[in-house]
Amino acid sequence: MSSKKPFILIVLLLAAIGITIMSFKGAPVDHNTLATLPKDSIGSVKAFMSVYKVLKSARCMNCHPNGDVPLQGDDNHLHTMGVKRGTDGRGLYAMKCSNCHQAENAPGIHTPPGNPKWSLPPANMRMVFQGKTPRQLALQLLDPKQNGGRSKQQLIDHMASDDLVSWAWNPGTGRTLPPLSHTAFSAQVKLWIAKGAYAPAR
Amino acid sequence: MIALKVNDKSYQVDASPDMPLLWVLRDLLGLTGTKFGCGVAQCGACTVHLNGEAIRSCVTKVSRAQGQNIVTIEGLSLNNDHPLQKAWVEFDVPQCGYCQSGQLMSAAVLLRENPNPTNQDIDDAMSGNICRCGTYPRIRQAIHKAAEMQKEGGKS
Ligand code: FES
Ligand code: FES
Repeated sequence: MSSKKPFILIVLLLAAIGITIMSFKGAPVDHNTLATLPKDSIGSVKAFMSVYKVLKSARCMNCHPNGDVPLQGDDNHLHTMGVKRGTDGRGLYAMKCSNCHQAENAPGIHTPPGNPKWSLPPANMRMVFQGKTPRQLALQLLDPKQNGGRSKQQLIDHMASDDLVSWAWNPGTGRTLPPLSHTAFSAQVKLWIAKGAYAPAR
Repeated sequence: MIALKVNDKSYQVDASPDMPLLWVLRDLLGLTGTKFGCGVAQCGACTVHLNGEAIRSCVTKVSRAQGQNIVTIEGLSLNNDHPLQKAWVEFDVPQCGYCQSGQLMSAAVLLRENPNPTNQDIDDAMSGNICRCGTYPRIRQAIHKAAEMQKEGGKS
């Protein structure tokens, strides 16, 4: 029985050494799957500029307006009918988003697009894209106080797999798509963050 | 068969799950107070309440309404005595009348959520309900009146 003791001690010792070594490895902010690459401000900013183009496209920006009225169309005009955000982002009174917007796109042209979560960001976390420079938008996206409390990993997950974000690539008849595919977009988001999450200079 | 509860009555309707609720209400249940205007959620003529919200029945599949609580203009009050209906009569709001059941259903949500609406609140609630006859000034007056009646203890 007692002959097993040294063996157990060695195992424990090895485990302790392993844990110590692991904890000294370059520690990213998030300890889950956040991938890191060597810091590269030029590559990071380049990736962000692709992300920026997508975020400023109509499918994304129309629900991130700088006022309290959502936007419509590729010309980003104010939503007809005087629709407004409301405190929770789901509209007001008889003009709530889901009164017209169903869980899925309605068929045909000029009909309401849909998603179960159809809404604007809430009034206390407006996440404005419209009118933001690349630098402003990058800093806003990285700031948990302005991005809905998201860590970098959560930001990546949101961009890559949130179903309301994904709607932009399945927007229903007659609506243009963002300039990158969803896969390419998600890859650029990851690259931007993996290379150091740099904000463009302006 | 799809189970529906409309104006406190239970129905079983033989409809495809993707049939617009408006079709079911008008063609299968004979509740023709709700009107068809545009069919694409642009005008508000087809507004009914789904669990108290002023949804547009022309773009709402009956499957969304299954087992939920639907109220149409026919069920807004028992004796046409909702304060809004009384105020509508008092101000002679309708002209052709086609848009008016939608107007009333939208206004009812406004008054429930905001018993004391300002002109701005009325605009925020009602600007999605189009009236070809332009009865908007009377709609506004009647909503203010109904708010007063509601405050004075009128039925809500
Ligand atoms: S008929 Fe439904 S909004 Fe026009
Ligand atoms: S009363 Fe005629 S459309 Fe409104």
